[in-house]
Amino acid sequence: MAFTPSKETYSGKVYPVTIGTGEQAVTLGGENVLAFHAFEGATPNRPVIAYEIQDVPPADWPENVRKPFEAVSSDPVTWAKYCQNELKASAIALRLIGTHPDRENRSAEDAAKTVKDVLAAISVPLIILGSNHAEKDSTVLVAAAEAAKDKNCIIGKAQEANYKTITAAAMANNHKLVAMSELDINLSKQLNILITQMGFEKERLITDPMCSALGYGLEYTYSVMERIRLAALTQNDMTMQPPMLGDVGMYVWKVKETQAPESDLPLWGPAEERGIAWEAATATALLISGSELLIMRHPKAVEAVMKTIEELV
Amino acid sequence: MALSGVEIFKLLPKTNCKKCGQPTCLAFAMKLAQRQATLDACPDVSEEAKKILGEASAPPVRPITFGSGDKAVKMGEETVLFRHDKKFVNPCAFALEIKDTLSEDEIGKLCGQVMSSEIDRVGQKLRIDAIALSNVSSDAGKFEAAAKVIAAKAAGVPVIISTENPQAAEAAAKLFAGQKPIIYGVNSSNAEAMANVAKAHKASLGVYAQGLEELSALTEKVKALGIEDMVIDSGARRAKDVIESNTLIRRAAVKKNFKPLGYPVINFMQREDSLHEALVAIAGITKYASIIVLSSVEKWKNLVLFTLRQNVYTDPQVPMQVEQKIYKIGEPAPEAPLFITTNFSLTYFIVSGEIENSRVPCRLAVMDSEGLSVLTAWAAGKFTASKIAQFIQESGIENEVSHKELIIPGYVAILSGAIEDKLPGWKITVGPREANAIPAFLKTRAA
Repeated sequence: MAFTPSKETYSGKVYPVTIGTGEQAVTLGGENVLAFHAFEGATPNRPVIAYEIQDVPPADWPENVRKPFEAVSSDPVTWAKYCQNELKASAIALRLIGTHPDRENRSAEDAAKTVKDVLAAISVPLIILGSNHAEKDSTVLVAAAEAAKDKNCIIGKAQEANYKTITAAAMANNHKLVAMSELDINLSKQLNILITQMGFEKERLITDPMCSALGYGLEYTYSVMERIRLAALTQNDMTMQPPMLGDVGMYVWKVKETQAPESDLPLWGPAEERGIAWEAATATALLISGSELLIMRHPKAVEAVMKTIEELV
Repeated sequence: MALSGVEIFKLLPKTNCKKCGQPTCLAFAMKLAQRQATLDACPDVSEEAKKILGEASAPPVRPITFGSGDKAVKMGEETVLFRHDKKFVNPCAFALEIKDTLSEDEIGKLCGQVMSSEIDRVGQKLRIDAIALSNVSSDAGKFEAAAKVIAAKAAGVPVIISTENPQAAEAAAKLFAGQKPIIYGVNSSNAEAMANVAKAHKASLGVYAQGLEELSALTEKVKALGIEDMVIDSGARRAKDVIESNTLIRRAAVKKNFKPLGYPVINFMQREDSLHEALVAIAGITKYASIIVLSSVEKWKNLVLFTLRQNVYTDPQVPMQVEQKIYKIGEPAPEAPLFITTNFSLTYFIVSGEIENSRVPCRLAVMDSEGLSVLTAWAAGKFTASKIAQFIQESGIENEVSHKELIIPGYVAILSGAIEDKLPGWKITVGPREANAIPAFLKTRAA
């Protein structure tokens, strides 16, 4: 019996989405095959990893991931520059976590100023994220989107409860938009439809099907991403064709495995290596399931994932 | 590819003798096609038909047992390409490579690491499953000596005997008699001699070729020599090539029922940088490897790989459940808050994670709701006031805490009155609807 490889030709493809401006702009997506399946189709762009920074010092981050940024993280501008210049970040994700009413409760104006200052200091693309408080985000992200007008940022996350204002702000200021729904392919599709019905171009969307950390529901995110990607490729479903975001760092650096000291759990090995590996492994699994954009924290985890991408393309 | 009822019917005696319990041969054929009957029910079927039907009904990836006893690993039997279609069946095995150039002490130490690798996670015992002894020295004597150390220091652990030299394979295989080792290193020039060693010691064979065409020809050759228990290696080593060749192998087996590649896949993933090795191993875990060979087994790496494998191999149609009990988060004093939620693992992970984030020690009562999340369990009548009351009363929690206050999920606020009726003396507090509001909720309470 002779072997003939069964290669797939898909009818659909993932939209290529360009973020940022000038020489440092990057493009995500564009492939017409499953992740790292270059043997049967076109994979024009590599996945992009954005370093996560925030508007307030990362007192809430566990020590092992706070340490690498100790000297720079008291100020978002210094922090952003460090990521761009020293860590060679290809994109930066600024999370305006300090605007959350239960946190520092910073105002929308404060947030807009931070965005302006960070943008003035960097030339790589910027992703601007709210604090995930649906109500507050709809004022904060509107101000942030205006402050970043025409810089071709990604704004997010638009959710069912607040997508209208955030979509309008992204549209008015020429940004890309992250649409997030909770671990359900149908919810994800529905939100993308609602947003495009407002007149937002589908080619400017990025889907966030919601991340989960290794050991804490990763298989759900993994399979939702895989199903979204298969719908995009095999059914040519245009509502499922935006690139996908894996917001990895935030979900990973709160689970027990990234924090518990070895003295408590000797079978788990040293906490520092474990935390880095946890973030890198979650990221790698999501890349294989179809994510084109990752937001990550630990420089060593980012470095390891980059090295793996090198071997996968 | 499975045969249709009509295709099967053509191979049956067509006597309508009813001995199989079906009224006609056609009816029996239909039952066979739906896998609701087996061929042994027909006393008159020809040998030829048995052969054809047997091959057609065999699972697309051949089932193989590697090792023996309670550490035996089952492989193969996979039927799909994507885990959302149907559960991936047999989790891949992790094997630690041990080179025969190492000293006896070093080999013993590595055996010790494998023996002590077991970790309990969400009720499953996970471990480094196997050892791959490799004949780096090319010396049969050294190989045998190393195998002796492994047989003594890692008794019961399934072993891959990795050598291209049939004499070396023979010397090592005899040490693992009755333990179903895998002899890896079979190529087109040594196949015959290796098949003889495998037959003598009831071993499976690991066949190696460059590319899938050559590999298909080789498995056919080995099968013709009388060995059917094989694991296959296409020679792919780069992560990109591993994904390509594992995917093409799985597609050939599952979609085309192409028998020459219908065997479990072994991937060699050793890298100098251990974290990098862990990440490329993920390509193997997610994309169809049955055995992944590693160069080191640090505890942190084991935890990562075990957890990832567990995630990928869970049944997507059965919600993961955690055990019903009162979980302590942090070191709660008797007066610490008491929450209740359902036993869907994702619910448990998210709620316990947010309580941990709050850094307020608490108790979390997790009630068996057959793995449903809070709202679904409530709607299905599995998270009701009387069931909650019964669980709290029977849990013995009253002796552990100094208060009688139970915090219920915000989504089931409607239950608070009914629970108070059924749990006399208890105060029911309605907590947040979403777990991410728990830290703020606890902060406000403390203030």
